[in-house]
Amino acid sequence: MSWTEKTKENGKTLSEQPALRVVNAEDQEFEATLKDFRISVHVWSDGVLSRPRTMKVEIRPRSWRWAAGWALGCVLAAGGVGGGLLEQQHQREVARIAAEQKAAAERKQLEEQARAKVSDEVLLAGVDSDVSRDVPSAMEPLAQLMVDDGTK
Amino acid sequence: MRLGIVNGFVNLHPVRASTWVMAAGTAVKAINMATAQELAAEEFSRVVERHRPQIFRFLLSSTRDVDLAETLTQECFLKAHRNWGSFRGESSAMTWLMRIAINLQKDHWRNRRMQFWKTTRTNSVDLDEASEWLPSGESSVEQQLLARERVKQVWQSVNGLSERQRTVFLLRYVEEQELSEIAEATGLSEGTVKAHLSRAVARVRLELGGKR
Repeated sequence: MSWTEKTKENGKTLSEQPALRVVNAEDQEFEATLKDFRISVHVWSDGVLSRPRTMKVEIRPRSWRWAAGWALGCVLAAGGVGGGLLEQQHQREVARIAAEQKAAAERKQLEEQARAKVSDEVLLAGVDSDVSRDVPSAMEPLAQLMVDDGTK
Repeated sequence: MRLGIVNGFVNLHPVRASTWVMAAGTAVKAINMATAQELAAEEFSRVVERHRPQIFRFLLSSTRDVDLAETLTQECFLKAHRNWGSFRGESSAMTWLMRIAINLQKDHWRNRRMQFWKTTRTNSVDLDEASEWLPSGESSVEQQLLARERVKQVWQSVNGLSERQRTVFLLRYVEEQELSEIAEATGLSEGTVKAHLSRAVARVRLELGGKR
């Protein structure tokens, strides 16, 4: 390229120069993309800022209420279990006492029966001794004739 | 009983006038302080109202996480409120707030890297969703799709940038800040900002060009 041509080329406006036109077109496109990017961020941010906010209010019972509830529950559970165990133990004790009393009564009865049997024998022996008499001498010969084998 | 009239107030108590003057001075000081505090609070409210959208937008584009951006915005203004007294107006309120926001975001990423094992999932929206927010305008459906695709590619490129490059890029092309403002907000020199910006743009451009 001659000096004249170069000068002519330099004299053209930017858009008239083919090489620069490509660069310029790319620049414009890049700038347009950056502009879109900027607008996109602005719209997104404004959209987020202006959106209606919903606030979730979760009513939670306070910790001391939880603690009190737990404590009360534990007391009730312990009371229920403890009461049941006590009741069972009490019933066992009553049954044991009743069994002991019954056994003692039976033992006493048996002892009384045994004592009564002994006294009967003694009584009969007394009666025998009281009732029996010596055979008179006049009946002695007859008595000798009797065979003491249960037959007459 | 001796009545003293100082500054329009009637002293009903039989005390020395000098004591009363001291008390009155303290009361006036207290009133002045209360007024100053009220004024400062009003001023701060105005600053929040004015700059909140911009701070939120920057944090949203940096994190792509709505909840996180909201949290960091809250933290930013909380920190600003605490240090409002020390703000001397050497830079604009916006630059000051942006600096706080950039530091908060930096801290967040640092903590996140440190505690990566605790993070099971990220709340950040995906690129498709982020690039959906494009007004339809008067363009055709094809043009809209193309624009969305390009915006998505920009998001992808921005994701790949270093933290500093991303911050500079977003401040320049989303917040449209001047290089001097970016330098002030980031605490970098203008030359460094320019260098980061140049690299960021080159990378985004390359990725956009490579995919076209």
